[in-house]
Amino acid sequence: MSHDPTTTERPPVREMDADGSHDAGFFFIGANHHTAPLELREKLALTEKKIPAFQARLAAISGLREVVVLNTCNRVEIYGFAETPAAAARIEEDFCAFQDFPEHVFRDIRQHATGRNAIQHLLEVASGLNSQMLGETEILGQVKDAYADAQARRTTGPVLNRIFQKAFQYAKHVRTNTAITAGQVSIASVAVDLAQKIFGGLDRSRILLVGAGEISKKTAKAFQSRGAGALTVSSRTLERAMALARDLGATALPFEHVAAHLSDYDIVVCSTAAPGAVITRADADAAMRKRRSQPLFFIDLALPRDVEPSVAGIENVFIYNLDDLARIAEKNRAAREGEVARAREILREKSALLWTQISANA
Amino acid sequence: MTEILTDRSWLWIAAALYSGGFLFATVSLIRSKRHSNSFMFFIMAAGFLVQTFGLYLRGRAAGGCPIGNTFEILQFTTWSATALYFIVGPVFRLSLLGYFTAVFSAATSITSLVVPSWDAVRRAGQFGGGAWIEFHAALALFSYGVFGLLALTSVMYLLQWFSIKRQQMGGLFSFLPPMRALDQINIRLLATGSALLGASIPVGLVHWMGNAGYNANSSMFFLAAIWLVYTVLLILRLTNILLARRLAWASIILFAVAIFSLGTVSSHPAPRPVATAAQQP
Repeated sequence: MSHDPTTTERPPVREMDADGSHDAGFFFIGANHHTAPLELREKLALTEKKIPAFQARLAAISGLREVVVLNTCNRVEIYGFAETPAAAARIEEDFCAFQDFPEHVFRDIRQHATGRNAIQHLLEVASGLNSQMLGETEILGQVKDAYADAQARRTTGPVLNRIFQKAFQYAKHVRTNTAITAGQVSIASVAVDLAQKIFGGLDRSRILLVGAGEISKKTAKAFQSRGAGALTVSSRTLERAMALARDLGATALPFEHVAAHLSDYDIVVCSTAAPGAVITRADADAAMRKRRSQPLFFIDLALPRDVEPSVAGIENVFIYNLDDLARIAEKNRAAREGEVARAREILREKSALLWTQISANA
Repeated sequence: MTEILTDRSWLWIAAALYSGGFLFATVSLIRSKRHSNSFMFFIMAAGFLVQTFGLYLRGRAAGGCPIGNTFEILQFTTWSATALYFIVGPVFRLSLLGYFTAVFSAATSITSLVVPSWDAVRRAGQFGGGAWIEFHAALALFSYGVFGLLALTSVMYLLQWFSIKRQQMGGLFSFLPPMRALDQINIRLLATGSALLGASIPVGLVHWMGNAGYNANSSMFFLAAIWLVYTVLLILRLTNILLARRLAWASIILFAVAIFSLGTVSSHPAPRPVATAAQQP
């Protein structure tokens, strides 16, 4: 599950049913990162092993005709269609009992909505508007998986089928017609985006990671997720470089050979804790003489910086440091924030239309 | 309808369609939205077909390839560049190439149409009237279309280079293709243009040697010089002596020189007033 430290918490979903009463019909109930801190979400999360047992328990609730359980690192939400208010209320009790979670605590952190508000919530979740990392696209896949799982268990019917299928369609519509997913909002993803702007597909690009810490690992994973193939890790401690290389399926390079082999790489990600520059102007000059007309991209994530600032003056060398990347990520995040109101308005129209259709057919 | 509309009218419609493509893409970019490639392709294809028809009418009236004055040469070069966009764009999936081609096609088409003196006279058999020399001229002008497209992709390369080096993201920059892809397409366009222009020179020489009256002093030597410079650029780039950015600058400057000097090609001493297709019997 992705988590981006540069993003801020979003306000709780609006238009929830404030009195906590349960109505029949389409509803959702659950808790997510807006309402529950991590330590509570950990206790609420359903492990893969527990999901089948919980689904079986839900199936036994009288009057609950259809149900989908959405379980991610940031949310546990149950979407259902109930014949009676009692059926919807039973879910809350059963869930708390199943997770051995105090009911009164759950009441403080839960979100609950019915009818059009519940549809609006689902549309916002599927579109990434409700995500911790605003506009992220992973959530749509998770909602699709939850729906597919429910279909496989035969717990969906005409109401949830229609609502979920429309939710996927509307989520795509919002992404296409607003800038809610535009730009990258994490440092590592911004760095990978920039590398792609220079080199295009990363499958043929050679990447050197100088530093074997957590930042290096995160950035490497971001590169791998976009098809990067040839990764090499170097660290002042060779054992650490080898350990990370094993983890990533990469190769290790002794730190003292970095300067000599710099010309072999297209992208160099630096994140050491060295007190001074690791890559000097002379190193970069020598590398560029060997690379001739091939560009070289430095991603300097270290503090203090690993790459001498004067390296930026070399023709065909591109260099981005932590501040540069953070500035782009922040700009992208602000651009996404600016689109939230428009995206919500589109979804409000869609949810109203969908609710009208469902009410008419009910 | 060909009785009602002259060839120039069709070429005006084509220019309007290219301008429509340019305006549509500009509005999309201002709204920070990627424009619809299929709509862009459709509007450019419509402009291209209309332009083809306009040039066909002009060619039928002239009794040869419509490259008899500055207006026709610019129209033919625009037509060549647009034709190449339909090959290069889909094959190499270069986003924004349609936009830049629309800018180029609209600008050159309209410019050629709004200067009346460029189409006031038309040289009958500008290149001597022979099949060889017509073939030579068509090849040379088609290569100009390739170099025109090369100038456009070079502009795209320089914009992308600027955006990354100077950390200017967003807007138009966010839709530009990767630098490496643009460099590769630049090399291929340069090779194609050089080959076409290179092939046109011996074809022209064949005619020149058999027609002492044809004034080849300026045009042939100029074309040979242009070809030589482009070929040297290609060799330098392929041997990695020339950086991609410098190739991009050179391609833009050289194309500007080539287009600016097109007047040297018009050297035949027997101009005649233009007869548009609608006025033909």
